[in-house]
Amino acid sequence: MKTAVVLLPGLNRDRDMIAALTKISGKAPVTAWQTDTEIPDVDLIVIPGGFSYGDYLRCGAIAARTPVLRAVAEKAAKGVMVMGVCNGFQILLEAGLLPGALMRNASLKFVCREVKLSVANANTAFTRNYPPGQVIRCPVAHHDGNYFADPETLKRIEGEGQVVFRYAEGTNPNGSVNDIAGIVNDAGNVLGLMPHPENLIEPAHGGSDGRALFEGVLAAERRAA
Amino acid sequence: MTIKARVTVTLKNGVLDPQGKAIEGALGTLGFGGVNSVRQGKVFDVEIDGSDKDKAEAELKAMCEKLLANTVIENYSVAIV
Repeated sequence: MKTAVVLLPGLNRDRDMIAALTKISGKAPVTAWQTDTEIPDVDLIVIPGGFSYGDYLRCGAIAARTPVLRAVAEKAAKGVMVMGVCNGFQILLEAGLLPGALMRNASLKFVCREVKLSVANANTAFTRNYPPGQVIRCPVAHHDGNYFADPETLKRIEGEGQVVFRYAEGTNPNGSVNDIAGIVNDAGNVLGLMPHPENLIEPAHGGSDGRALFEGVLAAERRAA
Repeated sequence: MTIKARVTVTLKNGVLDPQGKAIEGALGTLGFGGVNSVRQGKVFDVEIDGSDKDKAEAELKAMCEKLLANTVIENYSVAIV
């Protein structure tokens, strides 16, 4: 099981992500820097969280136009699994690999807390290890996580089961439409989510609710290989 | 020759603007009455080499589509000044 982590100036959750991937896959991920035009053959590419390029212009906007993101898009088009967390989600949206946009939190405040997430679609490679409708705990830390899509796009992604995680039990921290916390693309191989599952994978974290996500996608790829 | 242009990027109608709302509230606090709506946007002043204004305008529109605006949530306009 091979994984890659995309590194960009201003990201700050890359070490957490590398630690989680190493622990769960048993092997340290390779890393790809902003100027890299190719990413080695891996089963899963992860764009971690942070504040790439200082959130200048719009969150993720500059990162989405870097050479390494073109390489990510090429891999995604070939069916390689791609996951973006927090700023990684913003980058995937800005790169056009996922539909919609993330806007300033409705409260205008940075939120750093634990939320509840319900698994809205357990029939994806990323969520297959969760029972449908399961509610898990997960930390969030962001200023721009307010998901928005025009009514037509929203209807389409809801109808196609592309909404995979929703904020549950009244914990929507940012005003996202339909409590959307995470979505997949129509092919199902690209996931973006605001919460940080990599920060809840072992008892020392205070829980391991995020672990099944990584185990699901890594096991899915093992079976296919 | 340098062509100077101003690109204005604004949120589309129907897209919530919590920052605009906060500014609207602050204006009320300062005693400005009758402010019905504030929408926050961005302005880019761009200077481009050349003298062909039509070409520059087309180039600026391409810049908006590719980077300066997120057309999922924003509109843009280009004015050669």
